[in-house]
Amino acid sequence: MSTEAQATRPALTKKDFQTDQEVRWCPGCGDYAILAAVQQVFPELGIPKEQFVVVSGIGCSSRFPYYMDTFGFHSIHGRAPAVATGLKMARPELEVWIATGDGDAMSIGGNHLIHTLRRNVGVKILMFNNRIYGLTKGQYSPTSELGKKTKSTPSGSVDYPFNPLGLAIGAGATFIARSVDIFGAHLKETLRRAAKHKGTAYIEIYQNCNIFNDHAFTYMTEKDVRDDSTLYLEHGKPMVFGKNKDKGIRMRGTEMEVIELGSNGLSEADCLVWDETLENPATAFMVSQLVPPHFPTPIGVFRSVETPAYETRVADQIHQEVAKKGPGDLDKLIHSGDIWTVHADHTIS
Amino acid sequence: MSTTVAENEKTAVEPTKLDEVVIRFAGDSGDGMQLTGNQFSTTSALMGNDLSTLPDFPAEIRAPQGTLPGVSAFQVRIADYDIHTPGDAPDVLVAMNPAALKKELEDLKPNGVIIVNLDEFNQRNLTKAGYAANPLEDHSLDKYRVFRAQIGTMNRRALEGSGLDNKSQERCKNFFALGMVYWLFSRPLEPTIEYLKKTFAKKPELADANIKVLKAGWNFCDITGLFQVRYEVDPAPLPAGTYRNIHGNSALAIGLVAAAQQSGRPLFLGAYPITPASDVLHQLSTYKSFGVTTFQAEDEIAAMCATIGAAFGGALAVTTTSGPGIALKSEAMNLAIQVELPVIICDVQRGGPSTGLPTKTEQSDLLQVMFGRNGDSPLAVIAAASPKDCFDVAIEACRIALKFMVPVVLLSDGYIANGSEPWKLPEVVDLPDLTPHFRTDPEGFQPYSRDPATLARPWAIPGTPGLEHRIGGLEKEDVTGNVSYDPMNHEKMVHLRAEKVARIADDIPDLEVVGDATGELLVLGWGSTAGAITGAVNVAQREGLPVSRAHLRYLNPFPKNLGEVLRRFDRVLLPEMNLGQLALLIRGRYLKDVITFSKVQGRPFTRTEIYNKIREILEPVSHVN
Repeated sequence: MSTEAQATRPALTKKDFQTDQEVRWCPGCGDYAILAAVQQVFPELGIPKEQFVVVSGIGCSSRFPYYMDTFGFHSIHGRAPAVATGLKMARPELEVWIATGDGDAMSIGGNHLIHTLRRNVGVKILMFNNRIYGLTKGQYSPTSELGKKTKSTPSGSVDYPFNPLGLAIGAGATFIARSVDIFGAHLKETLRRAAKHKGTAYIEIYQNCNIFNDHAFTYMTEKDVRDDSTLYLEHGKPMVFGKNKDKGIRMRGTEMEVIELGSNGLSEADCLVWDETLENPATAFMVSQLVPPHFPTPIGVFRSVETPAYETRVADQIHQEVAKKGPGDLDKLIHSGDIWTVHADHTIS
Repeated sequence: MSTTVAENEKTAVEPTKLDEVVIRFAGDSGDGMQLTGNQFSTTSALMGNDLSTLPDFPAEIRAPQGTLPGVSAFQVRIADYDIHTPGDAPDVLVAMNPAALKKELEDLKPNGVIIVNLDEFNQRNLTKAGYAANPLEDHSLDKYRVFRAQIGTMNRRALEGSGLDNKSQERCKNFFALGMVYWLFSRPLEPTIEYLKKTFAKKPELADANIKVLKAGWNFCDITGLFQVRYEVDPAPLPAGTYRNIHGNSALAIGLVAAAQQSGRPLFLGAYPITPASDVLHQLSTYKSFGVTTFQAEDEIAAMCATIGAAFGGALAVTTTSGPGIALKSEAMNLAIQVELPVIICDVQRGGPSTGLPTKTEQSDLLQVMFGRNGDSPLAVIAAASPKDCFDVAIEACRIALKFMVPVVLLSDGYIANGSEPWKLPEVVDLPDLTPHFRTDPEGFQPYSRDPATLARPWAIPGTPGLEHRIGGLEKEDVTGNVSYDPMNHEKMVHLRAEKVARIADDIPDLEVVGDATGELLVLGWGSTAGAITGAVNVAQREGLPVSRAHLRYLNPFPKNLGEVLRRFDRVLLPEMNLGQLALLIRGRYLKDVITFSKVQGRPFTRTEIYNKIREILEPVSHVN
């Protein structure tokens, strides 16, 4: 499509990204808020609607594509990153987003997730983490906390959970962020940041399942505790939190610790200044390990490092080969190697 | 009777003409026997012989040296006439060590020629091979013609002063053996010399060393008169045209590139390394200048899913694998069936079950690809009959996938993947136009509307304005493609998916019967049994036996006239490298009994085995062979 034609198309709105399909998540599900945020952010990105593709696996979150009026692919359990990788390699110009969950991405699809992250395929991964299996009606997930009682763990889970961000950092992800379903403004800003990233953008979204795991995140989302239990990561700013901005994070030896600002002569100047662009992922990993009750839960961008996306490297190799050898000649290819000719009189040359 | 090297005078031996010869090169898996065999084949091809090859190597990269499991062999048959198999029994066995002799001897024809590397016949190696006594000394080889040569010693001598270390020198000795066989069969050295110069362009010292040793082997025979005989095999009267010797996997790779060019779509290959299919991935990864994208995925499932993703995006999307990989891919293959996207799934079969026999051949994935998925989930299945046929079948698989918007399974196997034969090169202008139609008009667009003839749904690729739609594994509502749990809709869709595959039968040729169109016995085959069946039936027909043959390329759907062909014969013999998988389909579909002839030894049928079976069926009493 020409720039002129694009210019004459009316600006997109949230409505343009809504389908006529009845949304079938349970009333009160956190997925509604995430859907609304995505539908609000997509029209802002200046990308023609037909360039968007939403790919998903299986699970509650993976019904997402049906509610997005874009190209969409509801694939099979855990495989969305693999489907999206093939699509992005074949069509690097497309804007490919993945909707997945903690079971889909971290359990059955764990292999595809880590390999997509390490390759840095230019897709955005929205990992809805509700710490439970919802669509199969309430079994524990790879992010369920130790001891969790569910239908399949009546005596409590003995599995240690994954830390989804630590896992992504270990896999070499270049853009890693966390947000929360009901933190609308923060979620949208995180989506905007992800949209701009060239390689894999991986966002863990805390999402409440009000049927099978209600209140999983109220320790940090309730209005009265939110400010004291949430650490907003902001690039270039000291790591300060609390209702009165009176707490901070500093390095002490090889550990991070919470300090009270204004007491013992401690101030913002003592806090770690957040840098999401560090090549070395060690600090981001330490921040990913900050968990309650001793630490606030960090949200925001943990890591944002620019390296060429996988599909770009793949396409570059093809372009280089074409430039070097010229476009492939099928006749020459068929006639390559040791050939001989049998003539009509059966002589051979 | 053994022959010793005594003479030092150059002898001039008049070559004896042979119409065909079967040679087997055997040695340790590190001895370069595959390379040696391929070189002999290429040279013979360039001389105009018809040929067919059968590599046979262990799954281990380097099994313990000198042991039976470590033996790697390569059989080649060359002829001055049209042949279809790599030969039943070798006339000549080159044994680079005692293990190779022990493992391969039983197949050798009586009075056959054995060339041994005498240097390796020491006590240690004899023990490793399980020989209680040295077979070169205990008259156990008296019914063969044994020629001994100190190949290792002469190799080292030839390379004295070459500056190569011992290990590099040792690696040249297969070329000494090749030089000897070249002399015995009056082959020129030039093609191999050219090959070595090209291969070692950046290491000329290695090229020089190997060439020196090759010539030394040839000269050794020329000067010593070791063999006292010499043979020639004249060119075969192949149809006029330009040829090359081609392996099945190579023909498959080139066929896929050709299909991509003919369809105007970029080729995407998603694959995970697996024997014996990996060479297709290797070869396609060198064709980037053709716009080929290869993706070595993290596993078989990802390879299949990425292939589906690429197909959604409008690429000519292919995956290559073998039986265990199909098992892993099956859920995703079913997704391709449900979303009705064109993908080509190449299954280069190997011995099963489980890991089975990775480097050996079998045809035991037929029922897996037909039925190994949940639900009623038909897809198209076609099979290659020979190495060169892989090219045509690759194009045909792509044609069907693109025209009908269905996944197509292309069955090959280890035998034709690694075997080779002369391929009469096609002209690009004669290849079919495979240009697919992309939906672009948003007016009235429905993702699951259908072409009235083929029942294909529109291919509406992302990036097309106004065609935004969702596909997925959940049942689709007819026409709209929306998710539907409606009972009658589901039944309709199950029938539609089946009907779509069934209608491919309108688009493929009838099954052709070679020989009488009706009669006592039809030998029916599919896949790589084609060569052995053709060879056996040709002999039987020349002897006047009432037997015809037919070969199935299309396994799902079958050609429309198959039932009628089957009814025209009293009996049907069906040789398969499995326990009767096609037989099960034929009986179920046509209520026609067939005689299953099974072979599951990891080796292809020989012509003799099938010929004997034909005799047994037609002359049960007089059969004595």
